[in-house]
Amino acid sequence: MDTSAFRAWVHESARLITAEAEELTRLDAAIGDGDHGINLRRGFQAADEMLDKAEAETPGAVLQTVGRALISKTGGASGPLYGTAFRQAGKSLADATEVDVARLGSSLEAAFNGIQQLGAAHEGDKTMLDALGPAVTAYQVAAEGGADLVGATRAAAEAAERGLQETVPMLARKGRASYLGERTIGHQDPGAASTVLILRALATVAAGEAT
Amino acid sequence: MKKLINAPDDVLTDALIGFGAAYPELTVNLEDRYITRGPTAGKVGLVSGGGSGHEPLHGGFVGYGMLDAACPGEVFTSPVPDQLLAATKAVNGGAGVLHIVKNYTGDVLNFQMAAELAGDDGLQVESVLVNDDVAVENSTYTAGRRGTGGTVFVEKIVGAAAERGADLATCAAIGREVNDRSRSFGVALTANVIPATGSPGFELGDNEIEIGVGIHGEPGRARGPMSTAREVAAIALEAIHADMPLDDEVMVMVNGLGGTPLIELYVVYAAVADWLKAHGGIITRNLVGDYITSLEMAGCSITVCRMTPDLTDLWDAPVQTPALRWGR
Repeated sequence: MDTSAFRAWVHESARLITAEAEELTRLDAAIGDGDHGINLRRGFQAADEMLDKAEAETPGAVLQTVGRALISKTGGASGPLYGTAFRQAGKSLADATEVDVARLGSSLEAAFNGIQQLGAAHEGDKTMLDALGPAVTAYQVAAEGGADLVGATRAAAEAAERGLQETVPMLARKGRASYLGERTIGHQDPGAASTVLILRALATVAAGEAT
Repeated sequence: MKKLINAPDDVLTDALIGFGAAYPELTVNLEDRYITRGPTAGKVGLVSGGGSGHEPLHGGFVGYGMLDAACPGEVFTSPVPDQLLAATKAVNGGAGVLHIVKNYTGDVLNFQMAAELAGDDGLQVESVLVNDDVAVENSTYTAGRRGTGGTVFVEKIVGAAAERGADLATCAAIGREVNDRSRSFGVALTANVIPATGSPGFELGDNEIEIGVGIHGEPGRARGPMSTAREVAAIALEAIHADMPLDDEVMVMVNGLGGTPLIELYVVYAAVADWLKAHGGIITRNLVGDYITSLEMAGCSITVCRMTPDLTDLWDAPVQTPALRWGR
């Protein structure tokens, strides 16, 4: 994937999040405070616009620009968390101009570690990590098995989707949902749901199917 | 749902423009999204912030004897690091800046990032975390106790200390002391409606109340049947008393959540006063009214702070803000 593919990933993420903003907000209203879609839409649209103006010339620079935009514009906990994820992913790419399967895998892992450190959350806490964690693992398994970017990103998106479904019976232990305790059981985690969208956008772009 | 707004996306901007017009002695920076009275040379700057929808908190507490700046986020959404950093710089009088942060994941993360950025720029920043809501029973498996009514006490008392020339470390220590001595418990009768979504944040039956509600409508301990003001006050005070004995000199705030008339808050205050008297508590100071709201949610929260002579003295010090003013 080259710089323009990374730009396309951000654009596709913004498009999907905008399209699904109401659904994300609905999920958040059930177990949080009902603004996840609104905030992420604002953040990703700002990131997309900022990227249009920015001179980000490497994939790493693209992701770091997005990270800063998300931190600046999103608000809530999701802004710093996603912002950190993109910044760490961007940093891990250094100044590479072309990102191969292995490199993208390590940047996804850097994103996961960034969120985990900042949010002090673990898999199973009913957060975005419950989609991202399985996605990173599935990506690496696919890559080690010889999958190309298309196959590995598809495996990641599918694993994220399964991870999202697995958040339904979980008890939330982080963020505002944690105050609902057992009442969070039976609902999808909105952060995991938005992570699925971002990874789906990645798979779409890798497959060359982005609109 | 009917609301007196122009457009859902413009609520915060329009409200800030109106706030600025109503209080010309304060400066509203629309671009960076903060309200300030400017820096005071040699004084510790106090910055607070959080999601909007809790007015008068925090903007209504900017002024002499209280905050130097407040950063409103979108409704129920924490402010972003850029605006917190801009406000921090705007109130730096050379004695450092204290961030007063309510314990919510988003607020904590955004303030933390802003403090790091300010530190990179050579500013001295400390922060006080307010987490007074006893409704959250299990702090280990949640994001911890929420910051609610105790924030008003922290902002007023630390504000007085800063005005008197206390240094950054002392201001932070006093803020933590007030937080440690404060406890809150809220009860909701109806849900709130976020302007951008236009629908109630949660469902509550006609005869139900949410016991231990948070200021965004987050649930606390349980749903219960609607009952009398006396019973509601007892539920709240018993929850607080179980966590921190109330058999001494206390300051009490009976706070409306936005949709409850003052007459009902007085009814609750009477019940609170009776309960405390029966349990050996002595009310030395009080506030009754809407100070930390949750949009149009009906209900109230009760906050109690165990006072010391020093804290009482700081509480009594002059204050001149849109929402609290006396002695000046």
